[in-house]
Amino acid sequence: MLEKILLNHYEAAAVILSGIGLTNLLLQRNLIKKIIGLNIMDTAVYLFLAAKGYVEGRAAPILIENGSGGWLNSSSLYVNPVPAGLVLTGIVVSVSVTAFALALTLKLYENYGTLNIDEALLKMTEEQEELETTIEEAEEDVLSS
Amino acid sequence: MINSFAYNIPFISIFLLMTAAIITPVLPKKNRLPEKLSCYVIGTVAILSAYLLYSLTSSGQNLAFNFPMGHFPAPWGNELRAGPLEAVLALVFCVSMLLSLTGNFASTAEDIAPNRRQIFCVLVNLLTASLLALTYTNDLFTAYVFIEINTIAACAIVAVKEGAETTRAALRYLIMSLVGSGLVMIAICLLYDLTGHLLMQHMHEAIKVIVATKKYLMPLTVSLALITVGLAIKSALYPFASWLPDAHGSSTNASSAILSGLVLKGHIFTIIKIFYRVFGLDVIHLLRMDTAIFILGIAAMIMGSVHALRQTNVKKMIAWSSVAQVGYIFLGVGLNTTAGIAAACLHIIVHACIKPMLFTAAGGLSNAAGHKKGLHSLMGTFYVNRWAGLGLTAGAFSMMGIPAFAGFASKLSLTLASFDHPFIIFSLAALATSSVLNALYYVPAVIVVLTHTRLPDGQDKDAHKNFTAPAPTNLYKISMFIFLALNFYLGLFCVPLLRLITRGVNVF
Repeated sequence: MLEKILLNHYEAAAVILSGIGLTNLLLQRNLIKKIIGLNIMDTAVYLFLAAKGYVEGRAAPILIENGSGGWLNSSSLYVNPVPAGLVLTGIVVSVSVTAFALALTLKLYENYGTLNIDEALLKMTEEQEELETTIEEAEEDVLSS
Repeated sequence: MINSFAYNIPFISIFLLMTAAIITPVLPKKNRLPEKLSCYVIGTVAILSAYLLYSLTSSGQNLAFNFPMGHFPAPWGNELRAGPLEAVLALVFCVSMLLSLTGNFASTAEDIAPNRRQIFCVLVNLLTASLLALTYTNDLFTAYVFIEINTIAACAIVAVKEGAETTRAALRYLIMSLVGSGLVMIAICLLYDLTGHLLMQHMHEAIKVIVATKKYLMPLTVSLALITVGLAIKSALYPFASWLPDAHGSSTNASSAILSGLVLKGHIFTIIKIFYRVFGLDVIHLLRMDTAIFILGIAAMIMGSVHALRQTNVKKMIAWSSVAQVGYIFLGVGLNTTAGIAAACLHIIVHACIKPMLFTAAGGLSNAAGHKKGLHSLMGTFYVNRWAGLGLTAGAFSMMGIPAFAGFASKLSLTLASFDHPFIIFSLAALATSSVLNALYYVPAVIVVLTHTRLPDGQDKDAHKNFTAPAPTNLYKISMFIFLALNFYLGLFCVPLLRLITRGVNVF
């Protein structure tokens, strides 16, 4: 078991990191910490993909000259370019999602003065109750008059 | 064979919507031009999808084709795939999106400031593009990218209505969605690692080999579980649905209609694709995922309705009812047969037509009651906005499964599909219980809307006359009329549609 983990230490690290990220994303109450958790989780996936895409002794998938004006084009010399492409796409996606989440967090902070989504809910219910009581009082006033 | 124009329609549809999303921000805001342009583009795509459907089915053969994207051939490149099922879903998504926009054209203007309406159009176009891409794509990683585009656009159309509540609801929705898409991404990477492919048919071949040799069965199960849970969170399957009522209940009417009617369906259809096309029904059964989905579907059918019973806000009630309806779809998927998947797809179509109608109607009624959303404040609003009242009544009857209304057709086909299944007793019991529960909260809502008086002691008898509600616009009436027509069409003539879907599933 330990031997297997040592052999696949990149993958093991990726699994541990994504676990940390997911727990943070789910359990942290502070939104900024949640977003950091999200980024840790995404990064773990990129580590996993990069580790899987790397093959010992093979070059990046860009053709190499063979010295006599030609190219070395045996596919066994190069790594598969797709995992790197997936990592790049994933990074783009996670950047945009992070930016959007941070923008919404900013809005929440402007509205409620807190970064905690539960506190925001609590404040909203209190405000609503206050509003309802004011409306009820106003209605009673109208009815009595 | 189909002609080359029809062959290019899947790509053209997505491309048109993406282009529209790019050019709407630079259009002049006068006369609500960006919104009109979005409606025209979505309408055009609906017509194109209808033509694609016609050319795929008119020859009588079961046609489906792969459309290569870019210059790389099949095992490496990216592909779209279109068959009758994809075409009919694309058509329904576009029509429902268009009606949600036109039906709520007036209320969108009330809820969203003019400069934000332009952004709203961008989001709606992106959302439609991502839905169509999820429908047509044959590549799992492309599906992931469009799931994320879908997530951002869906959360943003909640937050586009300014206010503290919508911001909070959108954030909650975003966080749950991000958990879901994170799991989907991990699962897709694991699957890519296991199979070496991203195109669905090649993954399917590789998975067959994995299952036959029994090597790496464990990672395969883990990745299936992760991808199912991830997409289930996004499609609001019951234990993961806590975010839905807030997001769907607080946003503007058009957003609620789009989110409930369409966004959930895109993810559910992705699950169906992964089950049917990537893993294959045998492997799903072997890994026991069908039973899990079946049980969760039944739980959703019951619990969604139980939660809906406790709501006093009409939009939140309809939102919880969506949770129950998603349960119906998952029940069909969990049956794990061709008939079950076809019934699930029929319910996707039915729900995509009915739920936007209900939200549009509820929006019209609460507008007639002076922007109040409480159920009790809707009393007598039928007599102010009759089209909305009719919509709510027809939608409620449809959700209960009264014959001749659309919901009846899909419930009937779900019942028929469960006859071959060992768990038939559970699925029939759940269908019956859930129908009764649906009636328990929809009938009172309809009665309230139809009741003429406001107070039980007789005073304020013509309460509706005190409302200063604007009369429904012609656009609202036309949209509601088409919604109602679709409802009755689906309820009365579902057999040809179900046959079409079955043909589509057979060449899926």
